[in-house]
Amino acid sequence: MGRYVARRLLQMIPVFLGSTMLVFAMMYALPGDPVRALAGEQTVDPAQIAAMKHKLGLDLPLWHQYWNYLTGLFHWDFGTEIASGRPVADTIADAFPITIRLALFAFLFTVIVGISMGVFAGLKADTLRDRGLLILTLLLISVPSFVLGFLGQYLFAFQLGWVDPNVSAEANWSELFLPAVVLGSLSLAYVARLTRTSVAENLRADYMRTAVAKGLPRRRVVGVHLMRNSMIPVVTFLGTDLGALLGGAVVTEGIFNVQGVGRAVFGALQHREGATVVGIVTLIVIVYLVTSLLVDLLYAVLDPRIRYA
Amino acid sequence: MTIIDKTADVPAPRGSNDESGPLLEVRDLHVEFHTRDGVAKAVNGVNYNVSAGETLAVLGESGSGKSVTAQAIMGILDMPPGRIPKGEILFRGQDMLKMSNEERRQIRGQKIAMIFQDALSSLNPVLSVGYQLGEMFRVHKGMSKKDAKAKAIALMDRVRIPAAKERINDYPHQFSGGMRQRIMIAMALALEPDLIIADEPTTALDVTVQAQVMDLLAELQRDFNMGLILITHDLGVVADVADKIAVMYAGRIVETAPVHEIYKRPAHPYTKGLLESIPRLDQKGQELYAIKGLPPNLLHVPSGCAFNPRCTMAQDICRTDIPALLPVTERDGTELVGRGSACHFWKETIHG
Amino acid sequence: MPETLKETTPDPTVEATAAPVPAAAAGKPRSLWSDAWHDLRRSPLFVVSAILIVFLLVMAVFPGLFTGADPRYADLAHHYLQKPKWGNFFQEDWFGYDIQGRSIYARVVYGARASIMVAVVVTVLVTVLGTVVGMLAGYFGGWIDTILSRVTDIFFGVPFILGAMVVLTSFAERHIWVVILALAFLGWTQIARVARGSVLTIKQADYVMAAKALGASTTRILLRHILPNAIAPVIVVATIALGGYISAEATLSFLGIGLAEPTVSWGVDISSGQEQLRNAAFVLIIPSVMVSITVLAFIMLGDAVRNALDPKLR
Repeated sequence: MGRYVARRLLQMIPVFLGSTMLVFAMMYALPGDPVRALAGEQTVDPAQIAAMKHKLGLDLPLWHQYWNYLTGLFHWDFGTEIASGRPVADTIADAFPITIRLALFAFLFTVIVGISMGVFAGLKADTLRDRGLLILTLLLISVPSFVLGFLGQYLFAFQLGWVDPNVSAEANWSELFLPAVVLGSLSLAYVARLTRTSVAENLRADYMRTAVAKGLPRRRVVGVHLMRNSMIPVVTFLGTDLGALLGGAVVTEGIFNVQGVGRAVFGALQHREGATVVGIVTLIVIVYLVTSLLVDLLYAVLDPRIRYA
Repeated sequence: MTIIDKTADVPAPRGSNDESGPLLEVRDLHVEFHTRDGVAKAVNGVNYNVSAGETLAVLGESGSGKSVTAQAIMGILDMPPGRIPKGEILFRGQDMLKMSNEERRQIRGQKIAMIFQDALSSLNPVLSVGYQLGEMFRVHKGMSKKDAKAKAIALMDRVRIPAAKERINDYPHQFSGGMRQRIMIAMALALEPDLIIADEPTTALDVTVQAQVMDLLAELQRDFNMGLILITHDLGVVADVADKIAVMYAGRIVETAPVHEIYKRPAHPYTKGLLESIPRLDQKGQELYAIKGLPPNLLHVPSGCAFNPRCTMAQDICRTDIPALLPVTERDGTELVGRGSACHFWKETIHG
Repeated sequence: MPETLKETTPDPTVEATAAPVPAAAAGKPRSLWSDAWHDLRRSPLFVVSAILIVFLLVMAVFPGLFTGADPRYADLAHHYLQKPKWGNFFQEDWFGYDIQGRSIYARVVYGARASIMVAVVVTVLVTVLGTVVGMLAGYFGGWIDTILSRVTDIFFGVPFILGAMVVLTSFAERHIWVVILALAFLGWTQIARVARGSVLTIKQADYVMAAKALGASTTRILLRHILPNAIAPVIVVATIALGGYISAEATLSFLGIGLAEPTVSWGVDISSGQEQLRNAAFVLIIPSVMVSITVLAFIMLGDAVRNALDPKLR
């Protein structure tokens, strides 16, 4: 197991470098010039711009800039925003906790509601309630999250007046409820379907018959023997899902005006603030890599048949 | 703990219809499955009984209803699509089909236990064998985790699994096939039930291991004086272990007999066919007999005797009238205890 | 061309079935594909989704069949945010008018082309690229697998919408091909992973071993033996992904970095409709419903195909 973790950590290095490099290169290729944009409509001495660029290291070749960026990362230096001169780390520190809170909230919603729905349907596969759930999940998957967001906003904020259409800068848990539900709904549908299939399939397994023949009470047959087996694929999905929720938050944050990384990235893209974009994407990639490693390890714990060498 | 049934302490291995009253009695049991293509009648009026210390072998091809009957006894039929329209299953005189779910659950595992064919898929793959064995004691006896574990180790010792203590936390896939089947047996044995139903317990095993497992099962049955229903399609397995045999075909019992008599003189053409299809050393060089045709489709069981399309002796009556399971007698009319045959021509079969 | 998508699903890629046989010969063993086709035709999920998809494809190719109105013709004076007339089926004012006085019905009909074309082309590109990468990685293993798998991981690690935003921002002009390439650039990893896994299992199959032992060339083994057998899960994932790309295009357009005016697309209309959410929700809701129906149709199709191909679920 230790060797496996070590190997996985080693494998993460090229993936991490590759992903950040990819985003870095794309930002490098962005049209427009952030330094020139600073000056606005005024005409500025080209020499002055060149000096500024030199100071920021923007005149170096791509690989050199990337190298500087990487070495900076090791000192928790995410670079500086060109326009404001504000450290990118500060922007991230402002925005990231809010997005993490939103994503975690959505994640919890997904896990609790999705698994319950899946078990509920899977235990009685091919009945009316199973079909009902299937249709509901199909709808949740088909309606893009921004449409769902608008519908939620239209219904609960404008029509019923239950919630505020926008989330304040504090982003309280209660304010985040609707955005979290919207953000989590797609994953919720997948989790529910995966759980349903898994439960329905394991229900037919021989060991379930054994558990009944042992005279175990139904809640133990379902709660221990069925669930322990059925949750394995669901956990695997959930692991990669947290990263996806962080990435997907961009859209939801836009609709509900949440001051998270989605907004930050969006703003940074428009102002050509490469460092901010790369910094945020880097963090999301790290979250993704770490969670997928954790999930693989958890997988081995849940399923003793898996052996990592 | 009533290991020894008071009413059955007169060993009566050869006569099951004595006054002591059997441990388990199946009466006119019918089971059907409602499928998309129609109703499959899997069991059509099965009668059999087992006493304490007795071994009943139920013999038949796949689809003969032998496993379905066992599942009905255990109460582990999938219902729906399964349904029991008619019949009684008496355990110590009480009809289990009329009991509440909770009452039946109390019987399962404690009074009647089951051993399944494929131990690898029948054991939970993600729980350690120690947990699965200990669960019996924790759930039924309310034991602590620690005590249950000690009991589980003792059980594994009892079924002669080497290094039980070290292997208690291993998972089913880490054991060999024979060892896994021993674990299944240990699990069935855990609460010293009155009756064990073994559904093809050795089919999935190597021939050498088969004998070991069968011997173990027979030994444990003797030690605990349990009733045993041994379901199999293998006549060879049966001979050494069983006291009596019930042969099933298309959901009916077509012949019953004490074990050794059936080998000598079968009273049903189907049994005869089965016996003749066993390879024998003294018939080296001869072509092996095989019953022609296929087992019947349970959705469309042939009219009359279900075996008639495959039977060499079939006459017109076989295609119209269902033969009842009637007592088999000697040529002179003396009763052959425990023998019965559901064939219009049983006389010709046994005597001719 | 888009027609092929529907047809290839149950199509006999395997040589055993020359045509989707109406499995009449009960005794004859049926191949996976003819068996699946047999199941599919009875599946209401498949019938409903197939009809919907054919309908949407016809709309995408021949929008003129559905409306005579011009989706770009704006009549602010007469039609500013005019409410839908639900009774006027297939008329210009059926779904009302947007803020510029353009017929929403006409825009919805003409918007199908951009949305569906993006999704179909992206899916084709992604499937080809993903299958090639996945097959090479899975079949050859070793360092080829290591490199290809790492590259796949790199692209998989970048969040899809976020990555697409970055890619699209780097283009000054975002016409339809830019959006297609951006989505394909980031989207192929899913197929590659599925194809690799599928090839890994099939590589072990006896018939592949037999072909190798008989001295078949690598190309032949890959094309004749591996591909036809590994393609089933890829087709399922691709069908479902197609729905996802429709959704993605709409999402990017909504964020203002996908397609843009004067292109007519559902995403563009949703994006411009959001300002009137309070007073004229229909401007936003109608194209949203179209997107949802289209995504639903493809996801249902994917579901139906998976159910038909996966014997375990039967």
